[in-house]
Amino acid sequence: MSNMAGIIKKEIKELLTLSALIPIIVMAIMFGMIGNLVGEINVSLTEKPVIGIIDQDNSTLSQLAYANISDNAESIYNGTSIESGLSAAENSTAMALIVIPAGFGSDIIGNESGTIQVYWMMRGAGIIDSVPFSMVQGLLTKVDRNISAWLVEGNASVSTEVILAPTKTYDTTMFKGKEMTGISPMAISSIVQSQSTFVPMIIVMVVIMAGSMVITSMGSEKENKTLETLLTLPISRTSIVFGKLIGAAIVGLIMAVIYMGGFGYYMTTFAGSAAIDLSAYGFTIDAVDYVLMGISLFLALLAALALCMILGIFTKNYKASQMMTMPITFLALIPMFITMFADFDTLPLGGQAFLFAIPFSHPMMAMKSLMFGDVGLVLAGIAYEAVFCVVAMFIAVTLFKKDILLTGKVKTATRKSAFPIASMIAGMLRKR
Amino acid sequence: MVNMPAVEVANLVKAFGSFQAVKGISFNVNEGEVFGLIGPNGAGKTTTLRVLSTLIEVTSGKINIFGQDLVKDAGEVRKRISYLPEDAGAYKNMTGREYLKFIAQFFHDLKDSRAMVEKGVAIAQLGERIDDKVDTYSKGMARKLLVARALMIDPKLAILDEPTSGLDVLNAQEIRKVIKKTVSEGTTVLLSSHNMLEVELMCDRIALIDNGKIVESGTPSELKRKYESSNIEEVFVRVVS
Repeated sequence: MSNMAGIIKKEIKELLTLSALIPIIVMAIMFGMIGNLVGEINVSLTEKPVIGIIDQDNSTLSQLAYANISDNAESIYNGTSIESGLSAAENSTAMALIVIPAGFGSDIIGNESGTIQVYWMMRGAGIIDSVPFSMVQGLLTKVDRNISAWLVEGNASVSTEVILAPTKTYDTTMFKGKEMTGISPMAISSIVQSQSTFVPMIIVMVVIMAGSMVITSMGSEKENKTLETLLTLPISRTSIVFGKLIGAAIVGLIMAVIYMGGFGYYMTTFAGSAAIDLSAYGFTIDAVDYVLMGISLFLALLAALALCMILGIFTKNYKASQMMTMPITFLALIPMFITMFADFDTLPLGGQAFLFAIPFSHPMMAMKSLMFGDVGLVLAGIAYEAVFCVVAMFIAVTLFKKDILLTGKVKTATRKSAFPIASMIAGMLRKR
Repeated sequence: MVNMPAVEVANLVKAFGSFQAVKGISFNVNEGEVFGLIGPNGAGKTTTLRVLSTLIEVTSGKINIFGQDLVKDAGEVRKRISYLPEDAGAYKNMTGREYLKFIAQFFHDLKDSRAMVEKGVAIAQLGERIDDKVDTYSKGMARKLLVARALMIDPKLAILDEPTSGLDVLNAQEIRKVIKKTVSEGTTVLLSSHNMLEVELMCDRIALIDNGKIVESGTPSELKRKYESSNIEEVFVRVVS
């Protein structure tokens, strides 16, 4: 039994390493963050929706609808001017301005469905951004049901069809300064999602695959004992670093093209069924946008490779290099999930800073930003990515010239560092 | 006749954090000689060779290789040296010949790379197996390929850490002959070995290193005379113990 205890102890010591724990901890934190986000949405869904309401009809039925809506919502405007209502809604957290136009009641009594105009205040194109709109839709369903009940009580003689669906809505979505008539924000969000999830997924694939190539290349060099020979050849360390990075970048781009080809074809099957053409509202991507997108994607790839090179310097062998790819995987997955669920504009400041700091976020956000004409964010992202690449490459080249490349760890004169990369950078700065 | 120093090491210190692996050693290697660095495990031999081959940084001290400062002119030094680590490996996805070609391309401005590869093939003596993947080589075959890689470029200084490690007696003898031939063609050799017979057979001069310091040096015959020993192994035991 004591022999088995020895084996158990050895196995635990071998398996329960910091590098094995970090991915689990990061995963737990991610789930916690998603849980928080879902919790916040649930809380907001239990609160009354904020809206503006205008009754231009002043009939019995419009007053019934008005009362229904007012009782179940927090109204920020209840005047008669659509212009003023829109202005009030824009300057508040209102989700929509609901207008009951003149003729609403007479249409229903005249055996036609009454139209309710809804001006949706769309602030972001993420999945989470469109969730609160379901509360307003719930309000309108309630109005529809109450008018049905009123009609069933025999207050008017109308057809069964009108009794079952006495109201209909006419959607107008206000988004990024544009007024899109006849389109609901849910429809826009759905189209934007289908068109912009493609890029983040490609980036995640390429970053993980190209990054792991660099790290495993370093791990293999160390495990196969080829690194020492390479380092004594008449070639500068900078050339070795850039040779490895460019080699991996070329393979990464080839992979990206293959993925894009396959995935692009897959996406065209959805594009054909899209009922709404966003380009009609000026939301298009032109040649310049594609160039910006390409630059952002290329810089993200370089940033990933430079980061992986730094991580690769600390690997000791092939097995360790496999674990080292985890941080990069998470850095790629986190912005993918965030950009899929939420819009940069609607994130809190801390969330925006966090997303901006991850270099892989920028090409993921670029498609959506360029489509909506937010070139400033894309340019700022490219500038940040470029600076990130230069700094990461500088650190990689500097570390490549240090003993740590062969020893794989930092030894200080006083104590062993728990944060080798930070200690190394601090050491480099001290020397300067 | 005394040749000019190929290697000049003055007060070399190499520390890893608070641990000093090499504690201020000084020695010269003359051009055209075979200089042996011997000592027990952990004495600082490999660390010294790694510093001299520009692999790891110098903590303090001065090193010149053929008049070039090792720290300031590391790039120039690398053109003149060839380092064979004790536990080196070759790229497993390449054939032996491809590996030699890969290495030769870094020296193409110095010599004809095709001739360099042919020389490497001749030194390796792997026959038709030279065109097989390195992955399929035995330990001895891989070592012969690596020795060939180190010597095919006709380096001015060959730094060889346990050159016959993993080789059987016959193959080890072949490699020693190749090293001797390379020396006769003008290469200076700095080697480390635990095989005292090999050291005695090959080295013109020896330095014994223990606990990071050079504790004795001289020609094999001088040392044997001084310690009244019949071979270098006995000298080693007496000096180190």
